[in-house]
Amino acid sequence: MELFLLALLVMAAGALVSAAIALFPVTAARNKVADILGPVTAVAACLLGLAGIFSGEWAATEYRVMPWGLPFGAFALALDSLTRLFLLPVFVLGGTCALSGGISLRQSDPTEHNLGAHWLFFLILLLGMTLVMSARDAVLFMLSWELMSLSPFFLIDFNDRDRSVQDASWVYLVAAHLGAMALIAFFALLWQESGSTLFSEMALARHGHVTALFMLALLGFGAKAGLVPLHVWLPEAHPAAPSHVSALLSGAMLNAGVYGIIRSFDFFGNPQTFPLWWGWIVTAVGIATAVTGILKALGQTNLKRLLAYSSVENMGVILLGLGAGLIGAGRGEAWMTALGFSGCLFHMLNHSAFKGLLFLCAGEVLHSTGTVNMSQLGGLQRRMPFLGTLFALGAASIACMPPFNGFMGEFVLSLSLIGGLSLPGMEEKIGVLVCMTGLMLVSGLSAAVYIKSYSMTFLGEARSQCSVEPHTTSPVFQLPLLIPAAACVIGGLGAQWAFGMVEQAMTCIPTLPDSLKTVSIAADENAGALLGKTALFCTGGLVLLVSFTVLRRLLLLRQGIRRGPTWGCGYQYGSARMQYSPASFVEPAARLFASVMGTTMRRHEDAAYFPGHDSLSVKAPDVVQTKFYTPVFEWMRRLCNSLKIIQNGAVNIYVLYILITLVVLLVWGMA
Amino acid sequence: MHSLFQFIILLLLIIDLVMLWSGRMLMLIRLSAVQGCLLAALLLMPLKGPLTMELALLATAVFLLKGIGFPIFLRHICHKLGIEPNVKPRLGRMFPMLAGLVCLAFSLWLEESIPHAQGLFPPLLLPVALTTLFCGLILVVGCAKAIAQVTGYLVAENGIFILGIPLITSGSVWFELSILLDVFAAIFVMAIAINHINSTFDSIDVARFRSLRD
Repeated sequence: MELFLLALLVMAAGALVSAAIALFPVTAARNKVADILGPVTAVAACLLGLAGIFSGEWAATEYRVMPWGLPFGAFALALDSLTRLFLLPVFVLGGTCALSGGISLRQSDPTEHNLGAHWLFFLILLLGMTLVMSARDAVLFMLSWELMSLSPFFLIDFNDRDRSVQDASWVYLVAAHLGAMALIAFFALLWQESGSTLFSEMALARHGHVTALFMLALLGFGAKAGLVPLHVWLPEAHPAAPSHVSALLSGAMLNAGVYGIIRSFDFFGNPQTFPLWWGWIVTAVGIATAVTGILKALGQTNLKRLLAYSSVENMGVILLGLGAGLIGAGRGEAWMTALGFSGCLFHMLNHSAFKGLLFLCAGEVLHSTGTVNMSQLGGLQRRMPFLGTLFALGAASIACMPPFNGFMGEFVLSLSLIGGLSLPGMEEKIGVLVCMTGLMLVSGLSAAVYIKSYSMTFLGEARSQCSVEPHTTSPVFQLPLLIPAAACVIGGLGAQWAFGMVEQAMTCIPTLPDSLKTVSIAADENAGALLGKTALFCTGGLVLLVSFTVLRRLLLLRQGIRRGPTWGCGYQYGSARMQYSPASFVEPAARLFASVMGTTMRRHEDAAYFPGHDSLSVKAPDVVQTKFYTPVFEWMRRLCNSLKIIQNGAVNIYVLYILITLVVLLVWGMA
Repeated sequence: MHSLFQFIILLLLIIDLVMLWSGRMLMLIRLSAVQGCLLAALLLMPLKGPLTMELALLATAVFLLKGIGFPIFLRHICHKLGIEPNVKPRLGRMFPMLAGLVCLAFSLWLEESIPHAQGLFPPLLLPVALTTLFCGLILVVGCAKAIAQVTGYLVAENGIFILGIPLITSGSVWFELSILLDVFAAIFVMAIAINHINSTFDSIDVARFRSLRD
């Protein structure tokens, strides 16, 4: 615990020093100092944090209450297996993103941005996330939540001269605070009913409005996790933010929403007494989020926006596991409960690894070519083989290709749903079958999305000059990306070991009754053993594949076979335009899912004997945003503008308001 | 003594209404000066007991500040900034006058309705104090010029001062003196603000502030 507290102190101290640098006018020298100090502090704090969470027994709970001088609440922190599990991506990805961000910002204009301010907010974000996961007091939790929610606003607004970036950061801020409102109501209600702000006492109290509390938690934490229909900030904020920030937001901050939902179960008592429809609601929201996210991702041409929608999809998959766990707990199905909850946590860990890697790769692509628009990219694998390989690894992981971690996570979730087929009642079986179909559909579409993103960006011919001559950097600068890449491989080949960490968190989510807990732990152990065997087969398959590839190459080398360009066997007039574009790649799927995706396709086809110019564009605007949020906020804007009759800028009219208020109060007092 | 006290209170009321009718800046400042002198005179006629040293000191302070200091200061500002003599009433002259009369009626109703200690307020003092307070606020609302609004603020404060007269005991004299000091600081700050407003907007017309709203 001491090391963990030291990590918090280092973050706070680093933030203070960065703030001191940020106060002075921007110069190249100051920015250089800030760009060294910020990442070094963040990496040091993350290493200390990692040492802190691994120093004690993984399943042990360490609790510490410290004085903090406020008249209410308490500075109560704890490390239990659930907190340790959620802190793992925060520290691993936090350190990686700090390293990667420090390197990429060194190559930017030295006086364009205030890097002191940037690293100040980065460290505050890290601090906020760490405190959120470890807080055991409602007041401390909400303060930390605000730290975590406010700092990304400034991080997203890094390129604040760009109007779209400004808009994205405002969309984020509004969404974050709509969620925070629900959370304030949630904790206020808990406080009122338990008379204490400590989580331990809130958990002991009997609450009368559990359903209202559950809905508030789902709304407040769901907004942070990006659940449909509260996801609209994600595809705006992630492309606008610098890539190392997007990676941290997607890989670590979204998890805070899931963490919050799981932690809130502690306040609702025995999970076997939860209404069964809670589980079905969570499952339905999860499926809707996953399907919406992946379909939207399929229609994107902006690589970072595609990744953002993919994060929405993965949050949906995580929630699906959580819902399965709740249904299983309600029905006393140990297999479904154990694998649902642990699948949810395992996929959360995996998502942090591959999404962090993919966002950092996208950042490198942006830095090298100046764009993440896939219709202008292509052929980067030959020019940046190291980066291309890492992206391929991340894409294979997220597309659930064995033997990587994405496959293992969804494998556990599928096992949980298979266990759900033993639920009583036909309608419940049908519900589980729908979930399984949804999960399979999402996995298949996910493969299509990442084949598209990898092939359009790295394979084929360059579609524009920016990808013909990318500004390549030394692979040494891309070394931090090896950390999440290694996590993707370890999560796959070492799935049994990684799943072991998740298994131990089962004691915390939610506090299962002893009868169910024992059987659930046994189910988890069985699943862990199954993962171990799968990983062994995968490793064998991988070794065979590599051996055959090497053997083939050796055999071909002896025959003197040379490599040539694609279609170079006689057809000499190929060009970059004679290949799949992002739009043509998704056209069949866009036609199939047009009603769900809300896609608009525009095709200009020349049907003459000698065709001339032919074009196709596919756009997938966010229907929730365009048809719901935009009209609602437009209506609110008009309402607020109409209230400007009251706020008219005339000082003496304001005095008139005081006079009227005075008279009304006097009359009211006399009446 | 009692009838003189009542007469001064009536004079204060008439001055309130004349101020609402008045359309000239210098007239407003002069009337506020007269009000200040009358307030000092009221203090010299204690309702209970003999005239004490403390009351005399307070009366002198009120006379020096409200009767002489503030008017001279405000006139100096007018001359320095070359302000037009016209007050530029927003609501015309009739409407503020009518509003003043309504406020007088409302204050008379309040005198009947507000529960207060028997014999604490001499006749007419409470409604006149409240009317003065309301008239000050009406002046602030109805005048476009910042300096006229400062005068309105001064009149409103005079209303509060009148309310405090029956409550003056040995201890509250110092309380009144501190309020006076507070008013002095406020007028001083407002004058500086007016100066800045004039240099920023080339006018002290508060309607220009509309450009500051979002």
